[in-house]
Amino acid sequence: MGADAEPRARRNEFLPPTAFSDARRYVLLPFRFRHLKSESDYTLVTSETGEFTCVPRDLLVPLVAGQLAPDSPYRLDLEAKSIITSDAGLAITVRRLASQYRARKSFIFEGPSLVLFVVTLRCDHSCHYCQVSRRSEFAPDFDMSEVDALAAVDRLFEMPAKNITVEFQGGEPLLAFERVRQIVLEISRRQASSAKRITFSMATTLHHATPEILEFLKQYDFSVSTSLDGPPEIHDRHRPTPKRDSHARTMAAIDRARLALGACSVSALTTITREALKHPEAIVDSYVAAGFNSIFLRPLSPFGFATRTEGKIGYPMKDFLAFYARALAYMLELNAKDTSISEAYAAILLTHIFTSQSSGYVDLRSPQGAGSGTLVFNYDGGVYPSDEARMLAETGNASLRLGNVHTPFDELMAAPALRLLLEAGIAEIQPGCSDCAYLPYCGADPVATIARTGAPIGHTLSSAHCQRHMGLFDLLFDYLIAGEARTVETLRSWVPSHR
Amino acid sequence: MLALHTHAKVAGRFPAYPLKILDLTEALATTLARTRVAAKLPSGYSVDLGALAMLGFAGVVAETAPGSEPPLPVLHSAGDPAVVDTGDVIQIRSGGSQVRVLFRRRSSSNSLFVTERCNSLCLMCSQPPRETDDNWRIDELKDIVDLIDPTVSTIGITGGEPTLLGHRLAELLSHMHHSLPNTQIHVLTNGRLFADRALVELFEGLQGYVTWGIPVYADVPAVHDYVVQAHGAFFETLEGIYNLAGSRHAIEIRYVLHKQTMARIRQFAEFVSRNMPFSSHVAFMGLEPMGFAKMNRALLWVDPVEYVQDLRFAVNWLDRAGVPTSIFNLPLCILQHDLWRFARKSISDWKRMYLPACERCEVRNQCGGFFRSSGSNWQSLAISPVTTCDRGNS
Repeated sequence: MGADAEPRARRNEFLPPTAFSDARRYVLLPFRFRHLKSESDYTLVTSETGEFTCVPRDLLVPLVAGQLAPDSPYRLDLEAKSIITSDAGLAITVRRLASQYRARKSFIFEGPSLVLFVVTLRCDHSCHYCQVSRRSEFAPDFDMSEVDALAAVDRLFEMPAKNITVEFQGGEPLLAFERVRQIVLEISRRQASSAKRITFSMATTLHHATPEILEFLKQYDFSVSTSLDGPPEIHDRHRPTPKRDSHARTMAAIDRARLALGACSVSALTTITREALKHPEAIVDSYVAAGFNSIFLRPLSPFGFATRTEGKIGYPMKDFLAFYARALAYMLELNAKDTSISEAYAAILLTHIFTSQSSGYVDLRSPQGAGSGTLVFNYDGGVYPSDEARMLAETGNASLRLGNVHTPFDELMAAPALRLLLEAGIAEIQPGCSDCAYLPYCGADPVATIARTGAPIGHTLSSAHCQRHMGLFDLLFDYLIAGEARTVETLRSWVPSHR
Repeated sequence: MLALHTHAKVAGRFPAYPLKILDLTEALATTLARTRVAAKLPSGYSVDLGALAMLGFAGVVAETAPGSEPPLPVLHSAGDPAVVDTGDVIQIRSGGSQVRVLFRRRSSSNSLFVTERCNSLCLMCSQPPRETDDNWRIDELKDIVDLIDPTVSTIGITGGEPTLLGHRLAELLSHMHHSLPNTQIHVLTNGRLFADRALVELFEGLQGYVTWGIPVYADVPAVHDYVVQAHGAFFETLEGIYNLAGSRHAIEIRYVLHKQTMARIRQFAEFVSRNMPFSSHVAFMGLEPMGFAKMNRALLWVDPVEYVQDLRFAVNWLDRAGVPTSIFNLPLCILQHDLWRFARKSISDWKRMYLPACERCEVRNQCGGFFRSSGSNWQSLAISPVTTCDRGNS
């Protein structure tokens, strides 16, 4: 073209847009689709890497048949989102997809970057839905030993990841604060001579956070996550302490922690029980009133004690989704009135939807993240690929145990259990996942499948994981495609900034 | 608002090659060859020109004419004396009286013009291309580079399409890398020829020294190819960007805002964040009413108020995605206050002007102003001086 551009320039001659719109044949690239239930009757189409757009439902068949009209207003977006291209554009479009794919899956090259230290199983709460099969506050022999803790730190520094989050949990980790302190000090000492950047976090009720402990957490820049199930009548119902004062103590502890660590370093999550299902607005309100701008609405986990008590406090996933839809609608309403409140899990899903970067969230990956993205050092020295795998062991199935804290990292990574998970944990080849429009945003969860069925691959569509995520993605895409501009803007703003 | 040319009188005969202007102190201390230096005399100061001639200087720059037949060439009585300043690099047209300023020490927007040739024909090109053999420019530019202060922070390379020079461009950049190692070089290129990896390899070793500023005008080929008036350009440019990025070169993406590009500003932001998250910078640029842009006004002109909401969306989108983003060539008064932190004073000092309305504006000093070439039919209806009460409202 350069050759004839010059004479045209001399004649001041420019060609019209039609000379450049390649209206002929188009080529399809791999894509997935889903008919959304929204009133507008659109079909969502997603590219291999999660770019998305939508077409009217009756255009899907012509699209696939190569019969989309040259002047169809959908062609430009379909081309921009790597759903269609021209013969000439095929090579570069595949290259773009490869670039996005590499970014989205970049976590593969990192190795484990989230390390959980279960420093004790002891806890003074006896929550009905407890995930972690807690032991009583004064039970002996449920703390991590000093020797095991040091060995676990050795493993940590054998990991290839540059940025690692170390999370302390339990039980109630503050009941074993001396062990926490020992581990943090040891990591800090060794971090000085390593290129690793290690950040600390803790899942705690905060009830036992004395001023000295808070000072320590501040010094090491901890972020803490606590459990707040909503207003007192809901919170205290399922989070009993000997004095039945958990809510009041939690609120007071949150205030102390915010003062010490800064408001941004204190977050909370809500476990939704059958009782809570009735009160989405009240739960959201309680978070707003407590000064949070984010709430994590988490369904009951099918692990730990929760499985055994499911009959009493459990519910079908569709009930959770109905609850969640109400809660989300209410939050969007609040945002429209300038109260800023976001839902933390939606923020993760929206990050997967709107960006092509790896989100860092280890529980929603393909290949799955258990063991390859996260490792758990248990109080007894056992090493597990995930918290769920550890809980499975607590309930009698230790098949996912990778070894113990004295096993070198390379051997842990070569454990047969991890191999099993990795072979099964690729959503792209799972029946039920491989043709799902939400695949690029979702992940495989073989640990849950093993817990549920005993085998690493099962019937995806009947799993809680799948039902939950199909429901959440349907809900979000309904808003994104048929929602008001302002609502879409709010949801986009939940995607964390990479600045 | 200094021009890059002036007329002056010449006594004697200056060499045709570029000269460095230095005041006496700097002229005596410089490590440059004195044949490349013209000493600038302070006003009303009497200096023995014979001594300067014996020292070997190429000439002198003075305010007034020398008394008699000077022993070395004297440039004097410039139309605008401020145009020729100490530290600058100038060229005096042989035999003539026109002075060209090739490098200006006090400017932050110096650039080297490497070719008039181009393989695209952009609708809004401010520097319409010409098919001509201008390979001679590289040798002259290497001469100029030798005279540029090594402390200068950035130098632009512009054309035409610089990559048409192939290995000769690489030669110039390597020369600069050697001579100006602490300077950042910004090359404005359409990137199309980098679709050939062999061209990328010519610039091996210049990573980190050179940033490639590459215009991408849409997220789809039909729009981009129309704007640059070249079939296949979009695909070639993307291939070029990936080839450069694959060799760890820094890439800036440039998007010119006008009627033909405004429809897809939002989609473009998402396209860049997904497909080129490695970009070191994205610049959204207002139109410069020069060259073809003037000729194609009917195709291009749109009041920025019509796209400023889309622009805001795009800028915020890229900013949140972690891609450094700027707005060039648009005055602050037509941008929402939250966009001001992205606005740069991007119009070169010698092209910049302010309007009568700007007299009362309180942010005039922060504002990049307007191209001097923009007449009233290139000005937004939203232009109005910013005052304290406006800012209170935004």
